[in-house]
Amino acid sequence: MEVPLNWYLALSAVLFTIGVLGVLLRRNVIVIFMSVELMLNAVNLTLVAFSQFLSELSGQILVFFVISVAAAEAAVGLAIVIALFRRRVTINVDELNLLKW
Amino acid sequence: MAEPALFFLIAVIAIASAIGMLIARSPVTSVLWLVLNFFCIASAYILLQAEFIGVIQVLVYAGAIMVLFLFVIMLLNLDELPKAGEINWKKVVAFGLGLVVLSQLIYVVVLAVGGLPEAPGIDAGEMGSARAIGLELFTRYAFHVEIIAVLLLGATIGAVLLAKKRFV
Repeated sequence: MEVPLNWYLALSAVLFTIGVLGVLLRRNVIVIFMSVELMLNAVNLTLVAFSQFLSELSGQILVFFVISVAAAEAAVGLAIVIALFRRRVTINVDELNLLKW
Repeated sequence: MAEPALFFLIAVIAIASAIGMLIARSPVTSVLWLVLNFFCIASAYILLQAEFIGVIQVLVYAGAIMVLFLFVIMLLNLDELPKAGEINWKKVVAFGLGLVVLSQLIYVVVLAVGGLPEAPGIDAGEMGSARAIGLELFTRYAFHVEIIAVLLLGATIGAVLLAKKRFV
């Protein structure tokens, strides 16, 4: 394994930034959710890389837990999207401004 | 040897598919790009010799979670697609903020060069195996696993309740 650690960190940084841009630029709730998943994955990549380079297993255990919480978050979030769509017939965040101000 | 080349290939595909997710107009196309991206991240895990996490990534993320997203998109039956094009000041500001985040992250990575461990631990291949992770999960982290089980149960009940017809 002669790929240095900072290459993994740089890849993770770029993926995280694309996730941030997705949350900021897109107006579709589902695409915003997917961007959040992308950010979680970027952080997971950092955790696994550090875990392997430092010979410390707890990083990979944390990734396991992050994946479980992401699954729970996706299920609840998508259920909220379905409930919202049933009432407002839109998933554009510019029109879902009930809690905004 | 071949590993840096393999890493670059994975990195390029991962970044390209993430950008594809960002700019795809249809949410279904976005999901498919994201699945490709998750496969790339799984290959990066396997390149890091973390096989268990790589397999979990494919099974849970690319398999289960993305299929859930696809289900919901198909269920909602969205017909109107957003118009491509119009660049307003909000998008420019958002793009600038994204660049600020990226430069901060890259700055931290560059700052840490030299202090980072040079090579992976000797037992890296053994460490990423399902056996090592399972041993740790069910001894030292057994309580946390129980808490995750309760969390998943709560999330399941909550999702079913929220998506019910006469909940709100």
